[in-house]
Amino acid sequence: MSETRGRLNAWVEGIGLVGPGLADWPQAAAVLRSEVDYEPGRCALPVPPALPAAERRRTGAAVRVALAAATAACEAAGRPPSTLATVFSASGGDGDNCHAICEVLASSERFISPTRFHNSVHNAPAGYWSIAAQAMAASTSLAAFDASFAAGLLEAIVQAQASREPRMLIAYDTGYPEPLHAKRPIPDAFAVALVLVPERSARAIAQLTLALGDGTVECCANPVLETLRAGNPAARALPLLAVLAQRRAGTIVLDYLAPPRLLVHVECPA
Amino acid sequence: MLHFVSYTVVTGLGRGVDALADALAQQRSALAPCRFETVQLDTMVAEVEGLDAAPLRADLAAFECRNNRLAQLALEQDGFADAVRAARERHGAARIGVFLGTSTGGILETEIAYRHRDPATGALPAALDYRRSQNSFSVVEFVRSYFDLTGPAVAVCTACSSGAKVFGNARRMIDAGLIDAAVVGGVDSLCLTTLYGFHSLEVLSATACRPFDPERNGISIGEGAAFVLLARGDVGVALLGVGESSDAHHMSAPHPQGLGAKMAMQAALQDARLAPDAIDYINLHGTATPANDAAESLAVSAVFGRPVACSSTKGATGHALGAAGAIEAVISAVALERGLIPGSAGTRTIDAQLLPGYRLRPEAAPLRHVLSNSFGFGGSNCALVLGRSS
Repeated sequence: MSETRGRLNAWVEGIGLVGPGLADWPQAAAVLRSEVDYEPGRCALPVPPALPAAERRRTGAAVRVALAAATAACEAAGRPPSTLATVFSASGGDGDNCHAICEVLASSERFISPTRFHNSVHNAPAGYWSIAAQAMAASTSLAAFDASFAAGLLEAIVQAQASREPRMLIAYDTGYPEPLHAKRPIPDAFAVALVLVPERSARAIAQLTLALGDGTVECCANPVLETLRAGNPAARALPLLAVLAQRRAGTIVLDYLAPPRLLVHVECPA
Repeated sequence: MLHFVSYTVVTGLGRGVDALADALAQQRSALAPCRFETVQLDTMVAEVEGLDAAPLRADLAAFECRNNRLAQLALEQDGFADAVRAARERHGAARIGVFLGTSTGGILETEIAYRHRDPATGALPAALDYRRSQNSFSVVEFVRSYFDLTGPAVAVCTACSSGAKVFGNARRMIDAGLIDAAVVGGVDSLCLTTLYGFHSLEVLSATACRPFDPERNGISIGEGAAFVLLARGDVGVALLGVGESSDAHHMSAPHPQGLGAKMAMQAALQDARLAPDAIDYINLHGTATPANDAAESLAVSAVFGRPVACSSTKGATGHALGAAGAIEAVISAVALERGLIPGSAGTRTIDAQLLPGYRLRPEAAPLRHVLSNSFGFGGSNCALVLGRSS
């Protein structure tokens, strides 16, 4: 019983990404291939067009980046959003919303608006996504501090293999304002979404095979990208995304629990 | 098949499974007027007594917060810690996962820290350890550290379905061959965010909540922790089915016809390869808001099409939010192993428009299969099917 049963793998069918100075996955891929310089900026927070107007107004940074990445990944994979079961993963909830609630609770008013309250749940992006996509399939929302991307990837691929159906992973985290920032120094939002399928499909771009093990966590060679990777738990995906952007084979050691690490073997068919 | 190797629970009803079972058999409620912290709300809560006098193990003091104290208190009941240590000896530390549900984690520490900001800089007190208190993963890291476990671990934070969904995470990881056993459960403790938040949504009852009562007028919040050690085996209580779905309807209101809830129950029954007729008792989500109980009632009627013995135990335990699913999995295990259909503390009369099988009073009955419902904000639904191994 000491070995995993069968290979723990899945194919990447679509990628979506938004981050500081990174408008979308094609731009991020060009940066990760060193074709263009990375110019950090603030992360754009696009208003989710698929939400009803009332819901749209209530969205914060976490919902916006998660939905932007998820929408782009579905488009890249050519899959209707309504059909996909999802795994959301983030270290924490929306930083601005958390700060606003803590501030009002420390005041004499203590009135939390209903919107602030329902946006405070960790699964707010999953809830808004299901409404926007009309997706009634199973969805989970995970948290594993700095291990959140790897924990989400592991869960999504385990689910894809168990169900023999596609899964979408959406990993995201948002910036924390002061005074929380001093305690949790995440500077800005970042989100990445991967559509993962258990069998190779026409749009599949790479196969990921997972194993638990140990090793030194892969960093980004570019120091500015390394700052991004180290500064946002969702951006811990960057070394893996670089291999996918470069369409090469390789094994990446991802930041997971210490121990274990998550080893991701990537193969890109010609 | 996966079974409950060991399980434990702490709620306002007391410490350990026997305290919970006795309270359920005697229809006791833990709800009392809220005197928690500095909260000034006209509501009832089910508070766990003695947490202030139950510090964390010295080597884990960095994890100090109410939520982790509650977790530790539960780990130390019912011989649970010994069972986990025996599993670690048997399988190895790397082969045991930890999957815990929580909604608010240790946010209370940050809420209090915001009252003690530096007047000049606005900085939070140096003592606040965000990672080991507020962060949702704190309780998972705490439990992992408590037992020196090194398998896969994650917090599931899907609001009030969290403590049920973790059973699915654990089973998938065991089925994938990554682990041999898992500590699953849920831990949620009282805090200001949920008390004032539910108050602002106008769903907090001023009196003890009255699930499935025609005069039900909202929830009563509780706190609690429940843990189950899951592994392959066929002794005692078996995890037979897990069903999950999304409402895709509203952030804080249920689908009015209970469509997502219905899908989750059907998925759990299909997963368990059981017909609806096989279910002898349903532990309802039953939060006691007018809309929630009505939607759940429609969903249950659509799935079962006959009166099934059912009740909500929220009037006894309060609604422990992210821990509720795990607490109610333990209540379902108690129901199976002790032949007890719990009643509905707080409910005076049964809403005739709702479920005809609803039980007001506890009764003895041999049970083979129990279904437990947990639904949360964001339209997150989970149903579990548990059975008694022959």
